[in-house]
Amino acid sequence: MDIQQRIAAFVEEVPVVLFMKGDRMFPQCGFSGKAIQILDACEAEYETVNVLSEDEVRQGIKEFSNWPTVPQLYVAGQFVGGTDIMTELYENGELKQVIDAIQDSE
Amino acid sequence: MECEVIKQLIEGRLAESEVEVTGDGRHFEATVICDEFAGKGLIQQHQLVYGVIKAEMADDSIHALSLKTFTRETWQRANP
Repeated sequence: MDIQQRIAAFVEEVPVVLFMKGDRMFPQCGFSGKAIQILDACEAEYETVNVLSEDEVRQGIKEFSNWPTVPQLYVAGQFVGGTDIMTELYENGELKQVIDAIQDSE
Repeated sequence: MECEVIKQLIEGRLAESEVEVTGDGRHFEATVICDEFAGKGLIQQHQLVYGVIKAEMADDSIHALSLKTFTRETWQRANP
């Protein structure tokens, strides 16, 4: 399984997953830290992947979503966005809706 | 990288776009007005902008770029 297949399988399997720098206890960059705050504010149940621990994931995730930066949020296998879009969706209530819909269907 | 350089890069490569850039030399914020965004979701709009500065994002000369995207119409509505 190459890195793209590994990522695809992982985002399909885990309902809400954030690819980030560091982890939820120790985010290693401001944008990743903000993404964690947003997910916590949504009371989301989510997993994180620390892209700093594996360079193949760090480069592979950018190719997978055609998105040049981390963090990247995936819900139900779909790329939702980085910190910018997460913030905008959170502020208009859409993000919590999307996450609740997934977690209610679990 | 300089804000002015990023403005020129995006305006030069994204047809008929108007761009304002602020930032601290590594982390930047840009407002981009372009009618090509019409009918596209937020992700696609941002991918259009990132796509024209892919190399500069990849080699970290632009470490982070926060985006606000508008068509001319949505810009006028937001700024009467």
